[in-house]
Amino acid sequence: MNTKISAAATNRIEFRGVSFHINDILKRLIVSGVSLEIPHGETLVLLGRSGSGKTTLLKLMNGMLLPTKGEVLVQDCSTSSWDPIRLRRGIGYVIQDAGLFPHFTVAENVGLVPSLEGWDASRTAARVEEMLHLVGLDAREFAHRHPRELSGGQRQRVGVARALAADPPILLMDEPFGALDPVTRAELQREFSALVRRLGKTIVFVTHDLREALLLASRIVLLEAGRIVASAAPQEFLRLDHPEVRAFTSSLTVTPGAFA
Amino acid sequence: MNPQTTWSFFIDHRDEIVGATLDHLTLVIIAMLIAIFIGVPLGMFIVQRPALRAIALGAASIFQTIPSLALFGFLIPIPFIGGIGKRTAIVALVLYALLPILRNTYVGLTGIDPAVLEAAEAMGMTRAQILFRVRFPLALAVILAGIRTATIITIGVATIAAAIGAGGLGTFIFRGVALVSDSLILAGAIPAALLALLADFLLGLLERKLKVS
Repeated sequence: MNTKISAAATNRIEFRGVSFHINDILKRLIVSGVSLEIPHGETLVLLGRSGSGKTTLLKLMNGMLLPTKGEVLVQDCSTSSWDPIRLRRGIGYVIQDAGLFPHFTVAENVGLVPSLEGWDASRTAARVEEMLHLVGLDAREFAHRHPRELSGGQRQRVGVARALAADPPILLMDEPFGALDPVTRAELQREFSALVRRLGKTIVFVTHDLREALLLASRIVLLEAGRIVASAAPQEFLRLDHPEVRAFTSSLTVTPGAFA
Repeated sequence: MNPQTTWSFFIDHRDEIVGATLDHLTLVIIAMLIAIFIGVPLGMFIVQRPALRAIALGAASIFQTIPSLALFGFLIPIPFIGGIGKRTAIVALVLYALLPILRNTYVGLTGIDPAVLEAAEAMGMTRAQILFRVRFPLALAVILAGIRTATIITIGVATIAAAIGAGGLGTFIFRGVALVSDSLILAGAIPAALLALLADFLLGLLERKLKVS
């Protein structure tokens, strides 16, 4: 059994014939027959409509869900044989509403995983400052605030800082900018895409926004009803001839006043 | 009723009234401490166990529906916990106080933003860490609201404990009813009401302090 995610090992994630169904009487399949390889350093965007199984795939990667069929390998070790706590400490996770702890300050939120990992206070404090700077927040101004004293965009920045704090080799992001207004969203997308290039981490990013996928991805994987229907680099993705791809690309075009 | 005679009755019997108030308070504090030590851990325990949850909340609700005088009466013949006196009264008071504490502990622990719990799990916090560092601190204000409700109920119900010889402010009330003396009834009722108001105020302050928005 792997005991710790290491930065040195290849941070590959691999799905081998993975299916997942909800364990109730209906046995609804959420993910079916997914095989996918995510090499080290890739920024993979999982694109799809609501209910297409994107979030489920993400949760299969950090062992919050285990496959009903097939296996998910992280660093060549199946998620079902990983110690779930060790696995997750090595994987950063950012969600839509940031999920910041409301009773912690910004500094305590960002420093949580380092402190769980037993870092001493001064090392954690230095790391918190570094992370806040990385996401464009001034530590002196923000470290002692509570999440309720932040704007939506600032909360999301703290969410990213928190996920990166223990320097995890893998980063999972579930529509992290989905709840922001369009202007703030575009701002964070631009900054984040620059950040991603510097970090060299394996990143899996879930979105239903094709524009966001094109901006951030090194590869886009399109899901439909729990299956992978397309997988391509952003430039090629737009040229693919698949009804679901066309459905997404047509969402990009706007004809002003078309329904006026 | 003559306010003048009631006032002079209070002055004449102030030592007895203060003594009974302290007795009353002791009864309430002991009962509340026991109820908290049972109710809060039990509430934490039933969060993950639906079958036990139904039983625990159901039983606590049933105790609360039994008229208090009858509950004191039922307990008298029961060995070990029953009989005449303070011990029986405390058992009954604990049974009454349990429901609000248990229910609020459960509601507080389960009413937390699912995104926060998802993040906690995804960051690799253990179940115990999630319970003690996330769920419990976030539920504290709600749990305290339950303790506040239970304290006020207990202060009121404890007046009836005098019927089974447990002492406290109820002694004046029962004696006053028997002797048709308003002054005696008020000597029990006014301090009991003041205790309840004071407890409500102080615990309310604490609750607001602990609230996380």
